[in-house]
Amino acid sequence: MQKRLRIGVLYSRVRVEEKWIFAAMEKRGIDYERLDDRAISFDLENPQPWRSFDAVLERSISFNSGLYALRILNAFGVPTVNTAMVAEICGDKLTTSAMLARANVPQPRNLIAFSTESALEAIESFGYPVVLKPVVGSWGRLLAKINDRDAAEAVLEHKAVLGSAQHSVFYIQEFIRKPGRDIRAIVVGNRVLTAIYRKSEHWITNTARGGEGELCPITPEIEALCLNAAAAVGGGVLAVDLIEHPERGMMVNEINHTMEFHTAQPVSGIDIADEIVSYVVKVARAAA
Amino acid sequence: MSTANCPECEAEITLDASAEVGEIIVCPDCGVDLEITSLDPAKVEIAPMEQEDWGE
Repeated sequence: MQKRLRIGVLYSRVRVEEKWIFAAMEKRGIDYERLDDRAISFDLENPQPWRSFDAVLERSISFNSGLYALRILNAFGVPTVNTAMVAEICGDKLTTSAMLARANVPQPRNLIAFSTESALEAIESFGYPVVLKPVVGSWGRLLAKINDRDAAEAVLEHKAVLGSAQHSVFYIQEFIRKPGRDIRAIVVGNRVLTAIYRKSEHWITNTARGGEGELCPITPEIEALCLNAAAAVGGGVLAVDLIEHPERGMMVNEINHTMEFHTAQPVSGIDIADEIVSYVVKVARAAA
Repeated sequence: MSTANCPECEAEITLDASAEVGEIIVCPDCGVDLEITSLDPAKVEIAPMEQEDWGE
C-alpha cells in the first residue's frame, strides 16, 4: 500500500485559488497542512519538522517570502512546487527574458540598462512608445507606457529617485500593438491545460486590472510555444502569458510561477486546482 | 451564521458559510479590505497593505 502523503501549502492569503486547492486536497483525502507565511519560521539547524512534508506547494503572494521559503526547503531536501530555481527565474522579468532568449523562445524585444542616461539612450534607440516594467512585480503594477522623450526623462528620474534599488534596473520593452487582448495559458508539467484570452480596451490586459476572460483554443503553435517557454524556465505549475505581435506573431510576454486562475478555471471548466494538486502528489511520490 | 464588526466603520458583517481564515473580504459599507482572522467567534481585521513584491 502506498504511504499516505503529507503536503504543505504555503500561502499568504486565502484567495479563491487557495480555497479551490484546499478543497481538492480534501477531496483526495490528502493529509495537508496550511502554512501561513506570516506565521512560520525556519530553524536552519533543525530541518526535521519540514522534512515531514513529502512536498510543499508554494502559493505566497509575497515573492520574497515565497522565494526564500523555497530556497530553504530545497536546501533541506524538501521537494517543492515550484522549485526555488523556477521562482527565481519567473519572479524576475529580466531573468525570465534571459532564459527565454537562451532557449530561442520568441518574446518582445527587451533592452536593459542600469543608469538613467543609458536607459534613455536605449529607449531612444527603440523609438516611442516603449514600455518600462519593474523587474519584480505583478498585477500590472507600475508599468509605464512612455510616449515621448519628456515622459521618458520624467519616469526614469522618478524611478531613480523614488524607487527602491531594484527600480534602477531599467527593463525596457518594445510596445506591441496587440489586438486588445493577450492570452494566458496554464501549464502543469508537460501539459497545456487551458488558455484564455484576457481582453481589455486598456493596453494592460491583466484580469487583475479589469481584463475579461474568454476561452482561447489551444492551437499546436500555442501548445509548442507554452511547453518550450515552461521548459526554458525549469517547468512545473506555470501561467504563460502570450501576446500576438501584429508582424512577428505569437510570443511569450511573461511567466508566472504562483499563478492566479480565478478567471481561467470557471471560463475553461477545467479543475485547475485539482490538476495542481495531482502534480504536487506526483512530485511528492517521485521523491518518496 | 457568524457576524463581526468592521474595525473601520463598525458595520455589521455576516460571514459566508464558505468563509475561511486568511480570506480577504470587502466591507459592504465602507469598502475597506478586511482579513478574516477567526471564524468562531467571527473576527476581522484591516487587511495588510499591498506590498511591492506581491503578485502571482
